[in-house]
Amino acid sequence: MKYWREPLDLDRIKVTRGRVTVVLDRCKGCEFCISYCSRGVLAMSKKFNRKGYHYPEAAEPAKCVNCHFCEVICPEFAIFSEDISDTAG
Amino acid sequence: MTPPTTAAVQPVHPQDHLLRTDRIPHIWCSGCGIGIVFGALMAAVMKSGTPLDDVAVVSGIGCTGRMAGYIKLDSFHTTHGRAIPFATGLKLARPQGKVVVASGDGDLLAIGGNHFIHAARRNMDLTIICVNNFNYGMTGGQLAPSTPFGAKTTTTPLGSPDEPFNFCALAAACGATYVARWTALHVRRLTNAITEAMNKKGFSFVEVIAPCPTAFGRRNKIRRALDLLRFYYDRSVVKNQLDPGEATIDFDHSLAVGKFLDIERPTFLDHYEMVNRGEVEAWPATGVDASAAGKRKAG
Ligand code: SF4
Ligand code: SF4
Ligand code: SF4
Repeated sequence: MKYWREPLDLDRIKVTRGRVTVVLDRCKGCEFCISYCSRGVLAMSKKFNRKGYHYPEAAEPAKCVNCHFCEVICPEFAIFSEDISDTAG
Repeated sequence: MTPPTTAAVQPVHPQDHLLRTDRIPHIWCSGCGIGIVFGALMAAVMKSGTPLDDVAVVSGIGCTGRMAGYIKLDSFHTTHGRAIPFATGLKLARPQGKVVVASGDGDLLAIGGNHFIHAARRNMDLTIICVNNFNYGMTGGQLAPSTPFGAKTTTTPLGSPDEPFNFCALAAACGATYVARWTALHVRRLTNAITEAMNKKGFSFVEVIAPCPTAFGRRNKIRRALDLLRFYYDRSVVKNQLDPGEATIDFDHSLAVGKFLDIERPTFLDHYEMVNRGEVEAWPATGVDASAAGKRKAG
């Protein structure tokens, strides 16, 4: 992440890391999660699910900060994130 | 890069314990805002701290009405417009429970309009969530009491000639104790509002402006759900504590959102118990002086 000014407490802030999971066959391809992920983690897959919709995938999985926004904005209960701060180092 | 999941076993979503997962995927269209509101409702149920056995969700007919069928709690899908009377019965039979009515604008405020105003007047302790998508989505996009003036629907192909209701003003004028409006994209504030409404004693009303890309967006040249979701959000202005009468849904100047009202007022059950305990003074409280009768000339 780029900063226009280095925050004074940058060394003390611990950014959480998340892992995003898609429940493939629930997705209806509305793109809400992709558009509103502020870290640009998600991108549309070229593949289709069983219902014929394209679904999102984590194109930049390392950027996920586990903010859960994709999870709360998804109308299909098809995507969620989990905290992996401890395991991701 | 590893794909998000290719597991043969479907991953478990954190809200699955509140969903009737055998019925998911639900019937709502791709990009319909109802699913977002439904997720916010489930999050609010957890956040409110109410024991799950004490929550009941009641809905009427329409796309939003399907919520009652998807939630794994006590729930009932009533006939058209009758969600509030059914919920009233539930509340009076089991006053310790929390009863949430989740339905659409057509169901709650057209067909069910009279139930709505009288439940608000009596301050029935219910939480009403109204998903406002500006038309009757399920039946193909007909004019609703919420349709903006000039907007196209199947029954008003040249544009609606009617002024829409301001539901928040109506609720407040009828006696609601909590009134808020958010758009579906304000999902975190919406979740907080539903939580507050659930924990509020009295008639609490939360209106959610939600995209219906299929029936409403398509006829009004905003076909993509994403564009419609953003359109409502971009036109909204947060105005907490605004007089609900001034909280208009004006797409050109100010689509007011926020918490407009949060007051205390005795509920129907408070008053009903007082009457039954004989604690209510004879009416009128100032008494009638019989000797004075007839002394005052009329006119
Ligand atoms: S949790 Fe937040 S950062 Fe991670 S993918 Fe979802 S929206 Fe993006
Ligand atoms: S928000 Fe949900 S339904 Fe829409 S594209 Fe993302 S995962 Fe699929
Ligand atoms: S018709 Fe409209 S309100 Fe009904 S499910 Fe489709 S998008 Fe949602």
